[in-house]
Amino acid sequence: MDKMIYADNAATTAMSERAAKAMLPYLTQIFGNPSSLHTVGQIAKEELEKARASVARSLGCEPREIYFTSGGSEADNQAIRSAAETGAGKGKKHIITTAFEHHAVLHTLKKLEKEGFEVTYLPVGSYGYVTAEQVKQAIRPSTALVTVMYANNEVGTIQPIAEIAEVCRAAGVTFHTDAVQAVGHIPVDVKAAGVDMLSLSAHKFHGPKGIGALYCRRGVPLRTFIEGGAQERGKRAGTENVGAAVAMAVALEDAVSGLTENAAKLVKMRDRIIDGLLKIPHSRLNGGRENRLPGNVNMCFEGIEGESLLLLLNEKGICASSGSACTSGSLDPSHVLLALGLPHEVAHGSLRLSFSESNTEEDADAILKAVPEVVEYLRSISPVWDDLVKGRRKHLI
Amino acid sequence: MALYSEKVMDHFRNPRNVGVIEDADGVGEVGNAKCGDIMKIYLKIENDVITDVKFSTFGCGSAIASSSMATELIKGKPLSQALELTNKAVAEALDGLPAHKMHCSVLAEEAIRAAIKNYYDTHGIPYDKSEFPDPSDADEHPADED
Repeated sequence: MDKMIYADNAATTAMSERAAKAMLPYLTQIFGNPSSLHTVGQIAKEELEKARASVARSLGCEPREIYFTSGGSEADNQAIRSAAETGAGKGKKHIITTAFEHHAVLHTLKKLEKEGFEVTYLPVGSYGYVTAEQVKQAIRPSTALVTVMYANNEVGTIQPIAEIAEVCRAAGVTFHTDAVQAVGHIPVDVKAAGVDMLSLSAHKFHGPKGIGALYCRRGVPLRTFIEGGAQERGKRAGTENVGAAVAMAVALEDAVSGLTENAAKLVKMRDRIIDGLLKIPHSRLNGGRENRLPGNVNMCFEGIEGESLLLLLNEKGICASSGSACTSGSLDPSHVLLALGLPHEVAHGSLRLSFSESNTEEDADAILKAVPEVVEYLRSISPVWDDLVKGRRKHLI
Repeated sequence: MALYSEKVMDHFRNPRNVGVIEDADGVGEVGNAKCGDIMKIYLKIENDVITDVKFSTFGCGSAIASSSMATELIKGKPLSQALELTNKAVAEALDGLPAHKMHCSVLAEEAIRAAIKNYYDTHGIPYDKSEFPDPSDADEHPADED
């Protein structure tokens, strides 16, 4: 394998040099516990608060509205649990979400259902969008929370967050958005969007793993998620990961300042790859083309299975992902693709490519050469494709 | 990738006996496209001996490797021996499969049995029907928690 092409940036990104460099001193030199009164501790505390202020600036909010967490999943868990408990205290036990949220949201909601909450899962249509009108129609007097992702992690569709926030505000319902795939990739301003709570994760925008944040608007009640010390204004105990918070702040500053330029480059690459791969017969793009994350490509190829596609692309040095059952470790293909209405047999043959600004047009060339080759080979050994070609089975796409 | 043994990757990269036998004496197809794997096995049989075998598979890496290995294990063998091939033997010959991929080796065993049954059926050869239970399909998958 000569050169590796990393096209799985929605899974995780490489840390930027600047973020890594910012983090290093905290491993050995600036090691203090921000809760300590002595100088060593207070230096760490000062840097932690600078990082908080920086993250707040990048998102358009006040520092006190930022709570550091271990990542996006924890932020989602805390936001949903907190709003549910607050709602339940007022006798409100209804939650609205979409059918294609991340599992950090869906599994938390499943658990709440077992605890007596009722959850409405809004359909996302064949292109992967919900509307503010759908949310409006679903809101009841007993609705405690609306949680809708900013952008979908698999198919990259961007939801009308500001419009949904407006509907929620008018109805007096708390609105949370899982913005893990959006922050650093598309403009996110929490005040302009009007959201009450927003989750983000550093490793999706070239920051370190193990750190994220929850934005919680002033005035929105937030429950303590981890009991213990008084860190994070008493809402999340545990000695702070100062170096990671500092690195996240740096990565976010860079992502936000380079956003327009990077997005323009990625959109060009993305569209070229989509157009190129759509030339493969019986292929389809999953998720709409408008309002789509700049670096997201998600396709299905009929008659083949996603895991074997990934393994063969890996042999050619291309790292991607798939929504097939065999890659998810479950028996069903991706719930996101099923939510778009794709039949199981088609959803098994999916490929997600997600790019960052470090990908090049040469990477795109290599992908446009490799994917059609691998699809053609796998079809040549597939009894399903044979049936499709010979008319024994009907084409679904 | 470390998910699979070198043997699995070898049979996945360079599958043996891929293809179709147009005038096959027995053909067996098992699995379900909805579940993400289908295996089809073609047999050429002379004097109760498998003289040629080909397969085509829609499925993951271990499904393709299991098909390839299973065809290698029965090629040139008498039917009686082919019928004794177990999914465990296929998995062992591949230096093991991850636990959640063992069903791929089960499919390979079942595809061979289905092809032999088809040979008996189409050639009017009597056999003990109790030895050929219906192959597993989608219904055998436990329901997902969601």
